[in-house]
Amino acid sequence: MPETTTLVKHSCYHCGEECLTNTYQIQDKHFCCQGCQSVYTILSSTGLCSYYNYNDHPGTTRLRNDKRYDYLSDPAIMAELLDYSDERLSVITLYIPQIHCSSCLWLLEQLNRFNPAIHYSRVDFLKKQLTVRFDPQAISLQQLVELLNDVGYEPLISLQDIIKKQNKAEKGNLVQKIAVAGFCFGNVMLLSFPEYFGLSAFEQNFKSFFGYLNILFGIPVVFYSGWGYFVSAWHNIRNKILNIDFPLALGIAVLFIRTLTEILTHSGAGFADTLCGLVFFLLVGKFVQQKTYHHISFERDYRSFFPVAVQIITDGKEKPLPLAELHTGHRMVIRHNEIIPADAILLKGEALIDFSFVTGEAFPVSRTLGEIIYAGGRQMGEAIEMEVVKPVSQSYLTQLWNNEAFTRQQDNRMKTFNETVSKYFTIVLILIALIALIAWLPFDPRRGINAFTAVLIVACPCALALSTPFTMSTALSIFDRNLFYLKNTAVVEQLARIDTLVMDKTGTITDGSSQRIDLDVRLSLEQRQLIYSACANSSHPLSRMICQYFGELGKLSTLNYREMPGKGITALIGGHEVRVGNDDLIFGKAEIGTLTTRVYLMIDGQYLGYFAFHHHYRAGLEQVAGLAPTYKLYLLSGDQDHERAELLRFFPNNRHMYFNQSPQQKLDHIQRLQQQGLKVMMLGDGLNDSGALKQSDLGIAVTDNVNNFSPGSDAIMDGRSFHKLPAFLGFSKDTVRIIHLSFCISLVYNLIGLSYAVTGTLSPLIAAVLMPLSTATIISFTTLATHYSAKRRALL
Amino acid sequence: MTIIYFLIGCSVLLALCFLAAFFWAQRSGQNDDLYTPGMRMLLDDDQDEAAVKK
Repeated sequence: MPETTTLVKHSCYHCGEECLTNTYQIQDKHFCCQGCQSVYTILSSTGLCSYYNYNDHPGTTRLRNDKRYDYLSDPAIMAELLDYSDERLSVITLYIPQIHCSSCLWLLEQLNRFNPAIHYSRVDFLKKQLTVRFDPQAISLQQLVELLNDVGYEPLISLQDIIKKQNKAEKGNLVQKIAVAGFCFGNVMLLSFPEYFGLSAFEQNFKSFFGYLNILFGIPVVFYSGWGYFVSAWHNIRNKILNIDFPLALGIAVLFIRTLTEILTHSGAGFADTLCGLVFFLLVGKFVQQKTYHHISFERDYRSFFPVAVQIITDGKEKPLPLAELHTGHRMVIRHNEIIPADAILLKGEALIDFSFVTGEAFPVSRTLGEIIYAGGRQMGEAIEMEVVKPVSQSYLTQLWNNEAFTRQQDNRMKTFNETVSKYFTIVLILIALIALIAWLPFDPRRGINAFTAVLIVACPCALALSTPFTMSTALSIFDRNLFYLKNTAVVEQLARIDTLVMDKTGTITDGSSQRIDLDVRLSLEQRQLIYSACANSSHPLSRMICQYFGELGKLSTLNYREMPGKGITALIGGHEVRVGNDDLIFGKAEIGTLTTRVYLMIDGQYLGYFAFHHHYRAGLEQVAGLAPTYKLYLLSGDQDHERAELLRFFPNNRHMYFNQSPQQKLDHIQRLQQQGLKVMMLGDGLNDSGALKQSDLGIAVTDNVNNFSPGSDAIMDGRSFHKLPAFLGFSKDTVRIIHLSFCISLVYNLIGLSYAVTGTLSPLIAAVLMPLSTATIISFTTLATHYSAKRRALL
Repeated sequence: MTIIYFLIGCSVLLALCFLAAFFWAQRSGQNDDLYTPGMRMLLDDDQDEAAVKK
């Protein structure tokens, strides 16, 4: 009975997706597709089925997967990918976005059970990387990658990964500097205690011993740990910039010189512990500021979207060619789901191109022979042959990267509060120090020098330098928890100053995955089965959605099946003529004035009704639209304007909505808004937005999966937290307010210290107490205040 | 009280040893991945079970 089969829905044993057919089944286990089933077969034949014991449905869907890896046998490409290679051993690190659970870890570290030529495989879970050592004579790189692909872990190999060289050494270096500073700080503090508590007469000979030891400990702190501040300060002075590193470097230098002279001339105990503590705390502040996201890249551009190599035909034979060597005149073959890497003329085959990522058009479009197809589209359906007319770097899409927005340095964006304040701070600091010196000089030159150095020591903006990193890093981790990933801490301040929001449509405010689908008539079971059977033959996204809508109905055998690109399907099923397609196919003319995408249904020449596909706007678009009076809202879409009426709900000002925008037009538009003095934030998702993202004061890439490709941006937002955008904006303003407050607190400490300093009575003990005390106050204040404001905004 | 010279020398030397150990760990990449080993540890027991099954 066909009725009963409709009720049972299975989820795939491998990946957990809903099974649309019952075709793939082993014993009692159901699979959604051939791919998932074959992974299971491979694993069960190797005795690795406990993969499925650690987690339910640990796999990822294999529905969209038929890649080719021929290019991996090209020696030039191999040489760039391999970390190390000789005749007996090769080492490669691959990025595998699918790594998400303990089953993945377990399986990937058992690779040598598939092939003993793989000596060793290690997963770095957070970076989603797999390091493999293998014998290149027994298993080639291509075979290795194919093996990974067969078990469901397809590595992401892109041009940019080849170009990008990781520099993790920098952070490791900072950790070592902190270790040295911490080590010296601890020791110096212990050695200074006797001095502070007073030494009895017969212990006086220890005093100079402790002093010399302190100098010894101070040297690595200044010349190793703190050296970066001198370099940075010098660099900035040469560029005529006064930033916070200058007073810091000055403070460190004065502390060290005064300590040195006091101890060597036996005139005092010196400030060695203040010095070490200062450098230690500053470096810790630097450390917390350097938040790294292992699995997210903010610097992606078209190169990581495009394939590494493309199949070309020379002398009737197909061979892989690295993309960089692709020239005009090459004849290339593009298969289902592959991306067209260069502008080319269609020579053979039926092209159905999905441009959603490039232009923002929601549905694939068909192209006829001889037409030029722009790079960036994804072919759906059969393999096509094309002749390249423009090299990769000069195609319509990649030309955008020649725009000045991409070559511009990030420096001329907004200045942070810290940068602005530290300029004046430095000037005032030096003025006070000089006044103290001049005021004392006529009466007591010694005291004058003392006062001068003491001012520089005590007013050293340690707390100021720490307030921003600690507030920002707390804010960053709160954003992080809400699936909003910022490139660095400066982005928080930029976020606070935004007054204009510009949004892309497709994929940004619409939800890419779930379109709403409505059927306007009730169909009998037989009719439903006929339409299901017709659509089940097609790989068109609309057909797949119709199949999903009906659920499993059992496919009837189809005769005379024809799929007309851009029109629809006709088929003869069980003696009935079934037509599913657009208005042109069914009525022979285009119907005017429809707001939605429609698929019309006809059986035996009788029109039944239509499916309407509504775009599903992201949850929370109302809240974002509610920002309207305070923030200016704009919509820039590459798509047609058939949703204009629907969108008026969210963008009441009709003149703030722009459709049919090319990538260049989007960029220009942002530029125009900026010229009006607006601080523009751009939200986009595709390559077509990348110019606008780069040009804007703050570019946010919205994506449904942070591991997928997203264009280069300042921040990446998971689509699920889109509704929190108003809270994010408010929270960033709070954060800046907290920084201002903590600056005031640090000023109070500075004033207390200065009152001692200008009178020339600053003792090492007071400095040693003031510095850590102010630091502790600032750190606890910023952390508590940031958490409090996050709670208030329901972000925690 | 001259013993203090000796004691301080010892303590500094000892602390230097720990610092050197930390540098070695840092340089040899032991702190690069602090997350995966914890997961890996939990998996080992079940591996025997898989072998038995086979």
